[in-house]
Amino acid sequence: MTKKQYAFYPGCSSQKGASAANYITSFGVICDKLDIQLNEIPDWNCCAASIGYAEGGELPRIVMGARNLALSDQHLPGQDIVSGCPACWLANREATERLQHSSSLMAEANEALKEVSLKLRTDFNTKSRHFTEVLIEDIGYAGMKAPVVKPLDGVKIAGYVGCQANRPYGIAGESFENPQYLDKMIETCGAEAVPYDQKVTCCGGALAFSEPDKAQALIQDIVGSAYDHGADLIVTPCPLCQANVEIYQSEINKKKGTKFNMPVVYYTQLLNVAYGGSIKEAGLDGQLIRAEKLEKIAGK
Amino acid sequence: MTTANETAVAKYRNNFLKEVEATVEEGHWVKMCMQCGVCAGSCPFGPHWEHSPQKIFMMIRAGKREEVLKSDSMWMCTSCYNCMVRCPRELPITHIMHGLANYAYRLGLSPKGQPNQVIAKLFWESALKYGRVNELKFSLAMYFRDGFVQGVKNALAMQGVGLGLVKAGRLNPMEIISGHTCKDTSGIHKMIAKAREIEDRRRGLA
Repeated sequence: MTKKQYAFYPGCSSQKGASAANYITSFGVICDKLDIQLNEIPDWNCCAASIGYAEGGELPRIVMGARNLALSDQHLPGQDIVSGCPACWLANREATERLQHSSSLMAEANEALKEVSLKLRTDFNTKSRHFTEVLIEDIGYAGMKAPVVKPLDGVKIAGYVGCQANRPYGIAGESFENPQYLDKMIETCGAEAVPYDQKVTCCGGALAFSEPDKAQALIQDIVGSAYDHGADLIVTPCPLCQANVEIYQSEINKKKGTKFNMPVVYYTQLLNVAYGGSIKEAGLDGQLIRAEKLEKIAGK
Repeated sequence: MTTANETAVAKYRNNFLKEVEATVEEGHWVKMCMQCGVCAGSCPFGPHWEHSPQKIFMMIRAGKREEVLKSDSMWMCTSCYNCMVRCPRELPITHIMHGLANYAYRLGLSPKGQPNQVIAKLFWESALKYGRVNELKFSLAMYFRDGFVQGVKNALAMQGVGLGLVKAGRLNPMEIISGHTCKDTSGIHKMIAKAREIEDRRRGLA
């Protein structure tokens, strides 16, 4: 079977030794089993993210995206641009839409791109997609279920979608207030998706760093609700959500006297383990709070 | 020498809505706000800011230039996009708030030392320097923003988390000397300088 080809935009946090390194590790087994080939865009740069606005402004931010789009179009023509990070996906997709929408913005972006000897064709309309879209739309839930050899029986999971994997674009056909796709993926792996009222609550994003107390109040709700609903772990499609919700539990425990110790993993780690991946292949050795239930299944 | 702020005041007189439409990202949408307040009730940092987006938009129309540009509200945006997807008039509220923050910052009117302004600036600088964000240097820059002593205190307070990340392979101490980088960083610097030059010219900030 020929592999499905995609241009891959990893993003800063997914590089080796960065905060979501284990997320990308967990893609390996999935791509093998589902015949997906991710071709890294050569010399990609930071997507500029949402937080870049203060110093960046509009055009410099969009130009950061335009360089990635132009590189992808030049080296990997016709391949949809896929990212595992919702912020990268959002930035790439937003840059594409804004440039398509305004010929003057496109002209300005191309004037700046001359400095790196690149040009974005004015009819550029390649899709920027999140990896969950590839799984849901190109593979489908039945296709995702086919390689499952170790169903995650008896594991109760809170599906935490967060913000940018859901807004402003989200997954086609899903609602912003109560998206179902993550729960469906949990069930595809044979686990149980518990009802979870903090599914689309913001974790504070980049402001978890600059406004720790305000963000930690949100994270306390996100983790607390997972406990209230009997979850063994939280699963998320976003590197920043994963980091914030996992890392700050110890801080919240110190300040608020809670006893949080809730593992926070990626949907790809669930699939990986269900497909027979080892602890290392699933990146479970990259958790600050170890996901013991998953490790037990992966170690069998 | 006249400042960018004085030039803008002279150019737009007391028509602040017109100024926002001409200079702020997606600013032309502001007049479409129907004051329903859904944005105000949808913000995760709602309890913490001075004015809701709803108030900001009406203040713009009322010509309250100083109050808007000096407000901390735009800096409280976590980029969750909740206001944007719920707005019945489909205003790109998140982008307008970012645009207002950027404009206020460029005019030198934004609240000095506002922590989210500091982080936004540090993030952009980190992304530009190597073409990719260096998470270690970015974190340290954030901890040490208020000087060395406070920086050491901040870093010590978070050392457990930092060591945990190193152990988990998600933070590389070597990033302090040799981190991930783009090959064409000098090209990226020129490209962004050009983009800024074009935009400043268009916005009358040059």
